[in-house]
Amino acid sequence: MSRSDPVPLATARLRRSLRHPWTLGVLGVAVVVLLWFLISNSGVVDKLFLPTPQAVWAAGQTQWVSGILVKDALASIQRVFIGFALSAGLALPIGIAMGTNVILCRLLEPLMALIRYMPAPAFIPLLIIYFGLEELPKVLLIFIGTFFFNALMIMDAVKFVPRELVETARTLGGRRLPILTRVVAPYIAPQVLDTYRINMASAWNLVIVAELVAASEGLGKRISLAQRFLRTDEIFVGLIVIGLIGLMIDLGFRFLMRRACSWAN
Amino acid sequence: MHLQVSNVCKSFGHGTQAKLVLDQVSFDLHGGEFLALVGSSGSGKSTVMRLIAGLDRPSSGSITLDARPVRSPGSDRGMVFQKYSLYPWLTAAQNVAFGMELQQRPRNEIRERTAYFLEVVGLADAARSLPRELSGGMQQRIAIARALAAEPKVLLLDEPFGALDIQIRESMQEFLHQLWRQTGLTALLITHDLEEALLLAGQVHIMAPSPGRIVRSVTVDLERSDMARLRVSSDFLQLREDLAQSLRSLEPAGRR
Ligand SMILES: Nc1ncnc2c1ncn2[C@@H]1O[C@H](COP(=O)(O)OP(=O)(O)O)[C@@H](O)[C@H]1O
Ligand SMILES: [Mg+2]
Repeated sequence: MSRSDPVPLATARLRRSLRHPWTLGVLGVAVVVLLWFLISNSGVVDKLFLPTPQAVWAAGQTQWVSGILVKDALASIQRVFIGFALSAGLALPIGIAMGTNVILCRLLEPLMALIRYMPAPAFIPLLIIYFGLEELPKVLLIFIGTFFFNALMIMDAVKFVPRELVETARTLGGRRLPILTRVVAPYIAPQVLDTYRINMASAWNLVIVAELVAASEGLGKRISLAQRFLRTDEIFVGLIVIGLIGLMIDLGFRFLMRRACSWAN
Repeated sequence: MHLQVSNVCKSFGHGTQAKLVLDQVSFDLHGGEFLALVGSSGSGKSTVMRLIAGLDRPSSGSITLDARPVRSPGSDRGMVFQKYSLYPWLTAAQNVAFGMELQQRPRNEIRERTAYFLEVVGLADAARSLPRELSGGMQQRIAIARALAAEPKVLLLDEPFGALDIQIRESMQEFLHQLWRQTGLTALLITHDLEEALLLAGQVHIMAPSPGRIVRSVTVDLERSDMARLRVSSDFLQLREDLAQSLRSLEPAGRR
């Protein structure tokens, strides 16, 4: 084929870019935004119910300029991080202990499996009665809502460490603690990161729920205020920002996993 | 070095559920010898090895290494498994060094011995490779290097080549024989492959299942300098056929 023929070249490039793993994902988002743009601007739906993308963008800009957006986001992020750090930090040793010790596992697993299925938002009234309306009940809610999942999932990861890997270390003279830190820990690292990534999503759900109920700042608080004044554009801003932050955290975990556990891919 | 297994019985489960898996197993292994346990799957070979390694305790009978009873795993009994033999997150060199690090040997010594044992198994070039980048045969050689680097008195090999293709298996048998001749290691090999046992071991014990026990023991005295020729020599084939007969006669009628 001659070089002057541009059509096959163009289709080849198109095909190559279509093959990039992100292309279709971006396309999917673009289609939804486009539909949103067309429908909201067509006047078919009342703008009060479905604000236009331009209006949402403008509302976001206003919040950005006034600093409210950053302040709210930071407030929510802080709660999620403290609550989740507590949960993840405690779940790791407890999950490992339950995975390696039969007695501990039999003692705690039924209890934790039970609590795990209690919907965390149902604890909000109790937490407010016990701890008031400050930061503590919100952080605790995130803790309650993720700790049991984290611990049980880590326990499972430990149980699936191939027996041979542990026994080889024992026949090489390894004792309990070195085996935990040098065999069990590295083997479960990818699953632990994945567990955290998955349960982080619940942490985000819970912080918003907590803020909808009672808070002075935070992305959830902003959404419930916006509702009171029928500011659907601000509700959209809140939703989109929450989604974007969650996505970033998710990608962060994936990145970490690829870097730290390349052997597992 | 003297490993003595005497009248070892092992049963799993309790009460009416109890199942006798080993019945009065006895044998000796002296320094520099190569011993093989052969038997069909389920005849209790791995259980014998786990008891010697100290990963399990016998129900009765005794296992001693140099007159000291075996109570728990220790680096004087190195072990190589068929599956999951290497730590997938460590490079070949790090795998070889792993046991020595657990033993808290000095850094310099670890580095030197790692290089030496990679050389011994012919994989100095693979030092920085992760296990998944290595072939199955290379992985087993690294696992053997790791076990040897920890200076065991006896090397326990539980079907180390069981998962390998036939050609690679043959070259690994050659490799193990050379290694044994050069390093003077003491080895206990488990295999269900009679040919493998006869090619490598000076002592072969044949095990039968339900309950697992040693039913026949032979001393193999063959000229092994040319293994390819040995595989097809008439002495070898005759011995193999003779033992294969006695193995077959152990199978329950339905499975014959
Ligand atoms: N931990 C265990 N609990 C119960 N039964 C076991 C256990 N380990 C092995 N067995 C039984 O012991 C028998 C021998 O097993 P094994 O030693 O693995 O045989 P081989 O290695 O010769 O294939 C099998 O029937 C197996 O089911
Ligand atoms: Mg076995």
